[in-house]
Amino acid sequence: MANPGRCGMVSGMASQTHTRAGFGGRAAGWLLALLAFFLFASLASCIKPVAEAGPLRFSLSWAPSLGVDFALAIDGLSLVFGMMITGIGGLIFIYSIAYMGGHPRLGLFLAELLLFMLSMLGLALADNLILLFIFWELTSVSSYLLIGFENEKPEARAAALQALLVTGAGGLALLAGFLLMGAGGGTMTISALNGSSFAHGGHGLYLPTLILICLGAFTKSAQFPFYFWLPNAMAAPTPVSAYLHSATMVKAGIYLLARLSPALGGTPEWRFLLVGAGTLTLLAGAYMAVIKTDLKQILAYSTVGALGVFTMALGIGGETAAQAAIVYIIAHAFYKGTLFMVAGIIHHETGIREAERLGGLWRAMPATAAAALLALLSKAGLPPFLTFLGKETLLKATLDSPWPWILTGGVVIVSISFVVAGAAVGLMPFYGPGKDYPKTPGRVPATFWMGPLILAAAGLAAGLGNGWMDRWIVSPAVSAVVGKQVQIHSALWHGLTPELGLSALAVLLGFGVYFIWSRRFRSAITWWNPHPPEWVYHAGLRALDAVAIRINRTLQSGYLRYYIIISVATALLVIAAPLAGVAPGEFHLERWLDGHAHEMALAVLMLLAAVMAATAPARMTAIVALGVVGYGMALFFMFFSAPDLAMTQFGIETLSVILMVLVVLRLPPQKKYSSPPSRLRDAGLAIAAGGVVTATLLLATHFPQGSALGDFFADNSYISAHGRNVVNVILVDFRAFDTFGEITVVSVAAIGVYSMIRQPARKKKADNR
Amino acid sequence: MNDPSARKEEDIMKASDGAAAAAHAPVAGKARATSLVLSTAATYLLPLLLFLSVYALARGHNLPGGGFIGGIIAASAFSLFAITHDAEAAHRALRLHPRLYIVIGLFLAGGAGLAPMVAGKPFLTALWADAPFLFIQEPNTPLIFDTGVYLVVIGGVMTIFISLMED
Repeated sequence: MANPGRCGMVSGMASQTHTRAGFGGRAAGWLLALLAFFLFASLASCIKPVAEAGPLRFSLSWAPSLGVDFALAIDGLSLVFGMMITGIGGLIFIYSIAYMGGHPRLGLFLAELLLFMLSMLGLALADNLILLFIFWELTSVSSYLLIGFENEKPEARAAALQALLVTGAGGLALLAGFLLMGAGGGTMTISALNGSSFAHGGHGLYLPTLILICLGAFTKSAQFPFYFWLPNAMAAPTPVSAYLHSATMVKAGIYLLARLSPALGGTPEWRFLLVGAGTLTLLAGAYMAVIKTDLKQILAYSTVGALGVFTMALGIGGETAAQAAIVYIIAHAFYKGTLFMVAGIIHHETGIREAERLGGLWRAMPATAAAALLALLSKAGLPPFLTFLGKETLLKATLDSPWPWILTGGVVIVSISFVVAGAAVGLMPFYGPGKDYPKTPGRVPATFWMGPLILAAAGLAAGLGNGWMDRWIVSPAVSAVVGKQVQIHSALWHGLTPELGLSALAVLLGFGVYFIWSRRFRSAITWWNPHPPEWVYHAGLRALDAVAIRINRTLQSGYLRYYIIISVATALLVIAAPLAGVAPGEFHLERWLDGHAHEMALAVLMLLAAVMAATAPARMTAIVALGVVGYGMALFFMFFSAPDLAMTQFGIETLSVILMVLVVLRLPPQKKYSSPPSRLRDAGLAIAAGGVVTATLLLATHFPQGSALGDFFADNSYISAHGRNVVNVILVDFRAFDTFGEITVVSVAAIGVYSMIRQPARKKKADNR
Repeated sequence: MNDPSARKEEDIMKASDGAAAAAHAPVAGKARATSLVLSTAATYLLPLLLFLSVYALARGHNLPGGGFIGGIIAASAFSLFAITHDAEAAHRALRLHPRLYIVIGLFLAGGAGLAPMVAGKPFLTALWADAPFLFIQEPNTPLIFDTGVYLVVIGGVMTIFISLMED
């Protein structure tokens, strides 16, 4: 009982598990937080060099022939994301100790969080498209694991799978887009692509590349119409929602668009796609955030709205819009991370997540209430918070854009929604009359409220220190987005501008709606529930299942004979297709009598044995006959002076005959189960297969002898590999990697046979007991 | 098949529990079909064949032979021994569980591949030492690799063989 105060407030579940394992988990949490802060500090130490001397680069050759390098680059944009990932990551680790404390799988949880943090950091630092893609997929996988962490809940499993399928499908599109981009731009290095003229040269691959990359970014960053997975992902434990699904991972798509905007941005297609998707997303998010009452759902949808804002800003393009996007992304991480953590604390302490069933909690959790208030003011976009600057710049960008009315209107609507949604999380639970709760909220431990409070305070500090932020953080990041060096100067006070008026209007309307007729407002607009995107997902999933079942029933019949028929027939078609065009003369059938008499005799013997194997009434006879064929083959190797092959063939043949005998001993006596037509079919297929192999061999033997490859091995075997036995030198040196693969296959096959044979036996034993 | 009188004296069937004995019963039945001459011969053939297999492995780089052939010779020797005696005896002759042969073999082959990477060369680059080690004139990583192949082949074949016999 290391922390009695904590026990008092966390109910049964946590207090009964204050074991040593729990202590280990807590220690691991602190350790990981330290790691995260160390990474944060390392990145922070790069701020000055990057701002003054440009990006830092590191590159390790990986697969140069494919253009894949382990290339990292730290520029302003990666610094913003990297510091968000590590800084918030550290706070989340500390928060998780309190939130998940005593959970039996806390260690696993922390490990998955760590996997995510490092993958996401890799994503933000990668300077090679393929490397970025690998980290991208790793974040999808860790997100899947974390959403489904409470895997005893079916809805968590379904949400995890949905997120994985949606982002995974987008990932495939992204990979295709990256490959097209690499092919079009001539390199896989992102910084080189950004310097190239891929976009503006009107390259033929530009449009497909853009669409595919946007598909990847839009699915990951929950853009319309793919946003449905994000609210469902709220089935994850709250630290995950705060970290992955608001502050970092869902911004991966935004990051990618920002990262590639020098190469892809600025075209009408780019503007159409991004501004269109972004505007629809922000409207959908703004609407849904207001009609939801579950704290996490409110925050999820307002995250969707914010993601729409970022996409729209990047779509507009230009220095002002890029500045708005960067500032807003940073500010959003501060306040949304805080609000999620606050929602987690409220739920953890009271057992309730419905905003309207909460109230009066500020007495029980003053620090949490303070963090929530700061975050709410930030979310509302009041000065001096960073969000205020972001919103001012954003409104300036939309007013200057080609569609000022629609976009500015969208921003004002989403800002109103942010205020209403923020107040539902940041105000409603804390003030007003207290309510009855399933759990009595006790004292909240410092580890719990520390994260959100630090994060909220950082949001305030960043707004107050906006001169410093502009110089060291925002300017380098915006430079990376627009692709040229820029210097940003922002001020909290611009004079009485239209932006200020619109901003104030949004805040007033937002608080007005919240305080005066929040409930009536909600019921007045809750007549439309836009579910079509998710309906398409479910229908698609059902169709996929149906198709998969049909294919499976055909290909995976469960009968060995059909597997063999399908495999042989497929191989036959593939090999026979090129043979179709060969003239009969090229097979040189007239040379069939060229062999010596003893070779002929052996060939006849093998033929007879083969016929016998196929027609034998008893299995044992067939096996022996097959053995004769195999030994005959070994003799042929001897005749043609290949002692290694002959020895191997003798050994293998002997062993396989014995093994087959062992198998046959276990089988019931042979009967003729198959009907004459099916035997005829099998015979036809077998003869066709033999014929095709014969034809291929006949053709192959007439290619010029002594190919360059054979000469190379013969010439170099002793000189460079110190061996006179070319066969062995090829096996263990020249082509050792193949051999390594082969012995791995042997191992897997042996273990497969072992488990196949032992499985029923073990079951039988278990039944007998 | 289960007739206890069919067991020979030298067939040591002291299994620790009933289930294991049941698993061995068919083997005892098969032992009846084995001639005394063959089973005695197999006892003496085993070391000879194993020696031959190591010989094939060792000379493989310059003359017909190598890890794969050597492994097959050794596996044949153990198989012969297993047929003429029983699975338990084959286990004892192998000393280690056949699956361990696979593991050790894969590690040897993989290690021979990784070793040059320590020296800054690509995976599986052959390294040759000039100084003799024990009775090997020129120790080299291909030989270690080939030994890995040898062990995997023995382990693979014997894993399948013994599990087929035991059940």
